[in-house]
Amino acid sequence: MILQVSGVSKWFGGLKALTDVTFSLQEGQILGLIGPNGAGKTTLFNVINGVYKPSEGAVNFRGVDITGMKTYEIARMGLARAHQIVRPLNELTVRDNVMVGACFGRENHALGGARVIADEVMEFVGLEKRADQLASNLNIGQKKRLEMARALAARPYLLLLDEVLAGLNPAEITRMIDIVHKIRERGTTIVMIEHVMQAVMSVSDQVLVLDFGKPIAFGPPGEVANDARVVEAYLGDPELAKQLLAPSSDESEQDA
Amino acid sequence: MSLRNLRNPGLWITVLAVALLGLWPIVTQRASTREEIFTVMLSVVLASSLNILLGYTGYVSFGHIVFFGLGGYVGLYLIIVQGWSLWPSMIAGGLAAGLLALLLGQAILRLRGSYFALATIGINEAMRAFINNFEPFGGPTGLSLNFQTYNQYGGAANALWLIYYIVLILAVFNIFLSYIVKTSKFGLGLMAIREDEDAAEVMGVITPRSKTWAYVLSAILPGVVGVLFFFKNGNIEPPQAFRLHLSIELLVMVMLGGYGTVFGPLLGAVGYQRLRGLLLTSDLFKNIQLAVAGLLLLLIILFIPAGAVGWLRQRFPVVRRFIP
Ligand SMILES: Nc1ncnc2c1ncn2[C@@H]1O[C@H](COP(=O)(O)OP(=O)(O)O)[C@@H](O)[C@H]1O
Ligand SMILES: [Mg+2]
Repeated sequence: MILQVSGVSKWFGGLKALTDVTFSLQEGQILGLIGPNGAGKTTLFNVINGVYKPSEGAVNFRGVDITGMKTYEIARMGLARAHQIVRPLNELTVRDNVMVGACFGRENHALGGARVIADEVMEFVGLEKRADQLASNLNIGQKKRLEMARALAARPYLLLLDEVLAGLNPAEITRMIDIVHKIRERGTTIVMIEHVMQAVMSVSDQVLVLDFGKPIAFGPPGEVANDARVVEAYLGDPELAKQLLAPSSDESEQDA
Repeated sequence: MSLRNLRNPGLWITVLAVALLGLWPIVTQRASTREEIFTVMLSVVLASSLNILLGYTGYVSFGHIVFFGLGGYVGLYLIIVQGWSLWPSMIAGGLAAGLLALLLGQAILRLRGSYFALATIGINEAMRAFINNFEPFGGPTGLSLNFQTYNQYGGAANALWLIYYIVLILAVFNIFLSYIVKTSKFGLGLMAIREDEDAAEVMGVITPRSKTWAYVLSAILPGVVGVLFFFKNGNIEPPQAFRLHLSIELLVMVMLGGYGTVFGPLLGAVGYQRLRGLLLTSDLFKNIQLAVAGLLLLLIILFIPAGAVGWLRQRFPVVRRFIP
């Protein structure tokens, strides 16, 4: 198991954002993490990569108990993340942004090696023409790809993708899904939060559904899609049902 | 850091600019010119050092002058009380400043934004109060140099030139240091912290360590020039050593020239000292120079937050190649 989350709960004051979340993930798999807005998906990522310490429970990554470890320590062990709300290093060039990932990630490259990796990764996500522009000049789709590129440049064992498709137009979505497929072919394990249901279902090996911080279903996509509680969690909200039936999501990033 | 980096024309333009300015008093052999350029070179060292923390790392140190004052005290104590010569005392002054930064860094670099800035002011004031009561450093009366001490350096007149040369060399060295830091992996980590500290951590930058080393690096040379300044001055007292308004002037220089650039602090130091020189000749401005500095800082932040060099680099991207 590359990742084991056992009995994780997280309180924010009186709000319980996660309740007793348990699952494990095998190397090379893609886990889709779905659930309505505010279900605690991003919080779960924050607990896994050490931004928050869980109130209860433990996280184990590649056989090491990483509960309570610093974010940068976890990153250096080979866990990378693309944020839901993009966080470009605005006054640095696209290349420098990607080089940060390569320099300080798992492989701890020197600048020369990092530059080679950055060029390769920028080409992979289609940002090579923007290499020398400041990150602040990118549009949203490009910024999403920059998040992805930085995470990939770290050559992680496990990649956390938080709504990388949100806010993209259909052409960009197709392109991004293609990128995810390619990453998976390289054997990188992925946890992917997504609202675009079709995308999650088509790429995931397993799907975990959160509702109000509680895991309500876990299993292969076909099973989960037919689970009564999942249907209820989603279809109880007509807005969401509509959203999920649409092939693309036009929602912006209001659910930080 | 590779040798390829050292071929950057911008680095050499910057070094040449400092060297030409520094050679001017040597060519003219005029003491008054030397004094004027001495102040500028001192400012270049202080501003350029501050830039490593402020410009590269994004942490605003309002009390940076504490390192200058502490270095000066340690150096003069060693020279006057322990009878050391200038060289090891200079190094000791720099190390003392670096050590203070190392210890403080662990504690206050956890604070973000204005909390950090406020803490640095507190430290400067606390250090002043401490030294005011610290007998080995002469308490409120401070330490004074015996005029005979200069004889070891060929007399007072020669000593002044010697100090000038050292400060000039340190200014050039500081430009190199600043450039090397900026183009290194360490510097990339610092700039990542400046842009988004949380994102930097998620990418694996060991932020507490990087910030602490940036702080230490930004403290050492101010400590060294503190020794030189007070050695030249002949005495040191708490109010002189820990002048908060000097700290603010340093911020103005860095912001005026362009924070986070190698050339900016140099340009800012020269520009600000010229302006101050002009203002000081007027009686009215003599009294309100600090207010002018504050106003200037406000105007810069409002209208050209990137500073002169930053503005040029934004307007004319080609400039990036020539002005690092
Ligand atoms: N830092 C925080 N402090 C307080 N509440 C938070 C914090 N982060 C998230 N929350 C709350 O936790 C719940 C889950 O949020 P989140 O994990 O962002 O949901 P999702 O990503 O599934 O949309 C929400 O009610 C949100 O308001
Ligand atoms: Mg979210």
